[in-house]
Amino acid sequence: MTTQPFIEIIYLIASALFILSLKWMSSPGTARRGVWAGEIGMVLAIGGTLLHHGIIDYKWIAIALVIGTIIGVPLGMVKMTAVPQRTALSHAFGAFCVTLVGTAEFYLRSPNVPHFMMAVLCCEVILGSLTFTGSLMAAGKLQEVLPQRPITYRGQNIVNLGLLSIAIGIGVYLVLHPGARQFFPFMVGIPLVFGVFMVIPIGGADMPTVISLLNSYAGLSAAAMGFVLDSRLLIIAGALDGSSGFILSVIMSKAMNRSFSNVLFGAFGQVQAAAGAKEERKPVKSVSAEDAASILMSVNKVVIVPGYGMAVAQAQHKVRELYDSLTRRGVDVRFAIHPVAGRMPGHMNVLLAEADIPYDHLVDMEDINGEFPQTDVALVIGANDVTNPAARTDSSSPIYGMPILDVDKAHIVMVIKRGMSPGFAGIDNPLYYMSKTLMLFGDAKSFVGDIVRELGGVQAELAGSVK
Amino acid sequence: MSSVLINSLFIFMLAGFIGFEVIRRISPLLHTPLMSLTNALDAIAVVGAIILVGEHKSNFSALLGTLAVIAAMSNVVGGFLITDRMLRMFKSSQPTKKP
Repeated sequence: MTTQPFIEIIYLIASALFILSLKWMSSPGTARRGVWAGEIGMVLAIGGTLLHHGIIDYKWIAIALVIGTIIGVPLGMVKMTAVPQRTALSHAFGAFCVTLVGTAEFYLRSPNVPHFMMAVLCCEVILGSLTFTGSLMAAGKLQEVLPQRPITYRGQNIVNLGLLSIAIGIGVYLVLHPGARQFFPFMVGIPLVFGVFMVIPIGGADMPTVISLLNSYAGLSAAAMGFVLDSRLLIIAGALDGSSGFILSVIMSKAMNRSFSNVLFGAFGQVQAAAGAKEERKPVKSVSAEDAASILMSVNKVVIVPGYGMAVAQAQHKVRELYDSLTRRGVDVRFAIHPVAGRMPGHMNVLLAEADIPYDHLVDMEDINGEFPQTDVALVIGANDVTNPAARTDSSSPIYGMPILDVDKAHIVMVIKRGMSPGFAGIDNPLYYMSKTLMLFGDAKSFVGDIVRELGGVQAELAGSVK
Repeated sequence: MSSVLINSLFIFMLAGFIGFEVIRRISPLLHTPLMSLTNALDAIAVVGAIILVGEHKSNFSALLGTLAVIAAMSNVVGGFLITDRMLRMFKSSQPTKKP
């Protein structure tokens, strides 16, 4: 398959635009330019490809492009809370495309496939098909059509590794005997099953890592497809996507305190709920919205620590009102964002940006941790394990070593929580029993709303007394 | 191994390094839009699928190719659309801040 030279030039320009696109993503100021660069590169590449002299039939291309666009538009318009499942779904679509093309190429070329080419084709098809079903499972779990809790059984890892080894074994056989067409369907089918089994034991809280990992697989399978088709543009795009997913998986696995090999093999399971036995009832201090408001209005610096619980309670917009109300009083309000605060990397930032909170007030864990000792009030909303000081101090804790937000170093800690139930890891949080911690029991949305009303009420009173 | 494959390996390695260096600098603030953008860029696989359909070497390959174009094209459109929607929401605080 030879390509005309001018099409190769177009691909070269598109590759440069793709790299620039990612470079401009580095800061919010230039990020939208990055999207433009990516779009122009994509239009050029598709336009150039349509001029390929080997193309004899345009009808089905046109129909497919139109149907794809019709499906793509609603997928681009989902709610921000649904972005993680949308992303998982798009990994599935990408992997689906790669698998189909790989399959078609095999049947067109077999048995005349050189060994190295066949090896790459096997990588493409195995990675593509396991990413396809794995991503569908992840999307199902995130959309909550599938149970979020991890499903585990005895010998799970052996079954999974066994399936993967069989698929790779068939791949090796096909590399040596590219004419053995009858085995090819198994090389597609077994990874499809493996993809399902791979995601079954993974719980909802581990989704940020899983999505990043599947992102990386999708990118690598596309790069492999680039090798098969001898398309440099595809190799570059796949390598960029693969390294992006890889970096994000490393960041997520560090934030979840999991070893990287644990992530690579997808065998995360759950954190053992060993600490469940400690059931002593220690006293906690609980205060009302009124008290909380009167404390908040007399301080200078507040750090809000949002967790996914805040998003579940749909409290973002109430939090925004609280932010407005406090900022108007001259209080410095920041948001401390733990890397795994949402359902995918960076998700919490998007949810808060949607609620119109300026991005320069959203601070990463590394940057905010030094500020807690000078913070008057740390307000924790719907976050638990990421604030647990046991991760720093108690080497027997299952989350020992996990990087946390040092909210316990603030002068006063307020925790909005439904009740005293432990977090997903089933671990008790010593933060709640500290003498400086005030528990605000209730639904995040209504409680924040109450605080805002109290703050407003006080303001009205003040305004009245001035008159 | 042919020189074409060696060339491809070099390109893969270099692109991988560029990806690492560029993406490492991206603030965690933008990790979600980053993922949807790389997803859209990755859908450049549509190019391979288009040729597969267009060349029509067999009905089977054309059918698989058509499905592949649909899947990839929906990622192109959806990916760019949602990335732009997200980025539009990221606003800086006003320079004229009330004391």
